[in-house]
Amino acid sequence: MDVMMRLILAQGMLGLNNGVFYAMLSLGLAVIFGMLNVVNFAHGALYMLGAFVALILSSYLGPWIGLDALHLGFWPALIIAPIVVGCFGMLIERTMLRWLYKFDPIYGLLLTFGIALVLQGLFSNYFNSAGTPYPAQPESLRGVVHLGFMVFPKYRLFAILFSIVVCFLTWFVIERTRLGATLRAGVENPELVQAFGINVPRMITLTFGFGTGLAGLAGVLAAPIYSVSPLMGANIIIVVFAVVVIGGMGSILGAITAGLALGLIEGMTKVFYAPAANTVIFFLMVIVLLIRPAGLFGRQN
Amino acid sequence: MAEPAATTTSEAGEALLSVRDLNAYYGESHVLHGIDFDLRKGEVVTLLGRNGAGRTTTLRAMLGLVDRRSGSVKVRGHEIIDLPTHRIAHLGLLGYCPEERGIFASLSVEENLMLPPTLGEGGMSVEEIYRMFPNLEEVRHRTGMRISGGEQQMLAIARILRTGARLLLLDEITEGLAPVIVKTLGRMIGDLKQRGFTIILVEQNFRFASRLADRHYVIEHGKVVDRIDGTDLENSMERLNRYLSV
Repeated sequence: MDVMMRLILAQGMLGLNNGVFYAMLSLGLAVIFGMLNVVNFAHGALYMLGAFVALILSSYLGPWIGLDALHLGFWPALIIAPIVVGCFGMLIERTMLRWLYKFDPIYGLLLTFGIALVLQGLFSNYFNSAGTPYPAQPESLRGVVHLGFMVFPKYRLFAILFSIVVCFLTWFVIERTRLGATLRAGVENPELVQAFGINVPRMITLTFGFGTGLAGLAGVLAAPIYSVSPLMGANIIIVVFAVVVIGGMGSILGAITAGLALGLIEGMTKVFYAPAANTVIFFLMVIVLLIRPAGLFGRQN
Repeated sequence: MAEPAATTTSEAGEALLSVRDLNAYYGESHVLHGIDFDLRKGEVVTLLGRNGAGRTTTLRAMLGLVDRRSGSVKVRGHEIIDLPTHRIAHLGLLGYCPEERGIFASLSVEENLMLPPTLGEGGMSVEEIYRMFPNLEEVRHRTGMRISGGEQQMLAIARILRTGARLLLLDEITEGLAPVIVKTLGRMIGDLKQRGFTIILVEQNFRFASRLADRHYVIEHGKVVDRIDGTDLENSMERLNRYLSV
């Protein structure tokens, strides 16, 4: 295999690695936007919260409660952190967001933006803004895998596969099951779904909990790759919003596809014209907005 | 909550539904000004009146789909005026078919059919429904928007028959449909009556309604202004025409 091909494939894998995080985060945003019509600006902060829950479980929780030997590692965190973040999300929905549905959606956006700032501020106060390495990467996922064209960290490969499975399952539940049909119907005509005897407010709370839980899950997965920092969410969320706009607001398939594709494109750009790698997604966003304002997978109306 | 035994409340002849002094508001506008009417088990009644008289709002107010409401709505012995919308269907075994049919475009025909949750026993099985509406079986994998208006209307009714609802609120089911389909719907309503369903029809098509109903309530300006028994219809035609003419 020639050098160029190897380089392309290698950057492709790294791009895919970023792409799965874009996909998971924009998927959560899409689920929330579809059901609540709220642009959740706190999504990045909740991703950060997920990573911090993992860090706290492994390094801080034990000393805090006086059990120095207690270190909850990666696998428990992979389950606990999304639940914690999801519950936190449901609390936000129940106590704050709920009161804003009858007003312009801009109020929901402002509220979640405020929550993001508060969370970032709180964590910046107590943790190192430059980032803390996550110490509990599982033994079984250390080391590298030989892919033929490159050696690739085993953990990153795991993160890619795991995220793709999560995205596929989410898509499957929403598009192919009865529960998903109820959700889609609730998006389309909540009043009628309610009249049929389905508790729509509870469905909305659970949907928000699920969407924010996905952000928490992405945070845990990101912790061993990037260092855990109070600003990690603010950095990624701008790109994720561009991904959501390109995929189409509220489109499940659009969020997943655009997330993966844009990660890949970002990686490829590094091969061909590295200086544009950080901005290529925004160029694409502008082009998509000009040609298909509702996004590639959005309904054009 | 102690559920009054269904056999005592739903015995033929007893009131299944009684609406008293029902007032409803959309925002600042006061739409219903004290609606009163009663329904016994197995009856078919129509709400007649001009557009905007408050017939659709009467159904919506029963379901809690208005901004504010007051008065009393008792179904099967339960007062439902203060309940949240999602509990009303369960307590009252209510099935609602809205005027715009409410077929979900993002769901397939079959998903539309399976959407409303089961409210009680005795709902029709999917096989029975497909036997009653053979067209629906043929198009069951299409999305809700890619079927004909008649098929949409049948789907909108079929999906509430699956749930075990016993009191059907049907809003303008003949609107915009070809005469041959209206005829089929008429046969279907007759069939449902035979099976003991209690039905409220909001109808514009008076000829359709007149053959089916036990009783007609005329609604004007958010009030029931007249009540005509089905048997008395011949003698009351002149009166009715006056109400309905523009």
